[in-house]
Amino acid sequence: MAMAWIWSGMVVLSLIFGLFTGNLSAVSAAALEGAAAAVELGVSMAGVLCLWSGVMEMMNASGLSAGLAQIFRPLLRRLLPSASRDPETLAAVSANVSANLLGLGNAATPLGIQAARRMARGCGGAASDELCTLVVLNTASIQLIPATVGSLRAAMGSAAPFDILPAVWLSSVLSVTAGLAAARLLSLPDRRRS
Amino acid sequence: MNLSSLVVPLLLALTAAYGLGKRVDVYAALTRGAQEGLAVLLRIVPALVGLLTAVSMLRASGAMECLSTLCAPVLDLLGIPPETAPLMLVRPVSGSGALAVGSELMAAHGPDSYIGRTAAVMLGSTETTFYTVAVYFGAAGIHKTRHTIPAALTADLTGFVASALAVRLFFGT
Repeated sequence: MAMAWIWSGMVVLSLIFGLFTGNLSAVSAAALEGAAAAVELGVSMAGVLCLWSGVMEMMNASGLSAGLAQIFRPLLRRLLPSASRDPETLAAVSANVSANLLGLGNAATPLGIQAARRMARGCGGAASDELCTLVVLNTASIQLIPATVGSLRAAMGSAAPFDILPAVWLSSVLSVTAGLAAARLLSLPDRRRS
Repeated sequence: MNLSSLVVPLLLALTAAYGLGKRVDVYAALTRGAQEGLAVLLRIVPALVGLLTAVSMLRASGAMECLSTLCAPVLDLLGIPPETAPLMLVRPVSGSGALAVGSELMAAHGPDSYIGRTAAVMLGSTETTFYTVAVYFGAAGIHKTRHTIPAALTADLTGFVASALAVRLFFGT
């Protein structure tokens, strides 16, 4: 329902603003142009998006995601010490992180949910510190090749659509680090109380 | 020779050669992935029709500019271009919405401009936070999310500031 409110709000706000600024004819034209642009954008993104999704799947099939999962195990053991004692949870979490890295969202989510379910057992509906950490890890995007954004840039006529990769990596690392640090800091008061 | 023109062909060739070396049918994997890409697109486009319509209307009505101006004092302080304010508001809530706002920003300012690049890096380095939290905790039967949302939003905000910073660092303004 949230999107229904947001979308309606955007349209009503446009109408009100258009009335006040006298741009109503432009607003009307923009509505029709926007709808047409959406389908054009989808078509012009399609090729590059499919290509990179294909490359990711090639890497996945070649065992790269399994290899990445191996690499992340020690790190995740330190980040989620008590959940890692259950080998199946650790396997699901590391597969979740490596699928996220390869941008395989459809594979990552079920794995993450599987881990979250196991971690939520016996905690009576309140998230444990480590479960919060797992979800924060998943809300912070960590992608080696952001295929959707790259194909969007290609569709918009960028000279080198993937030249933003180093900037994306730097920004992702900083954002994930800040998220994990915040989760850690915010969990301290609860821990002291108990 | 330009190094960046090497990246795409090299990545394709290396991936194919590595997979073949492991006796993996890389071509089948490529087409399987491409099909997945089409499925993703098929899910995105209907949402884009709705959202790009609304975003274009907001831009034409002058509301978008008003929002940017309103947020400008704070964003200038953080080193973020104020034009990206709508993107940052939509990003945690709707992935397709963020894509719509991002494409609109690139159309208005150019994909290779400071603003266009910053929008792209923001899109690439953050996630649809509220959606992800709802999916995970919904599936795990959690009602008390405790510090998850504040921590996740800290990550988003850091990602936004870092995006502008990284673009300035790698490309200048």
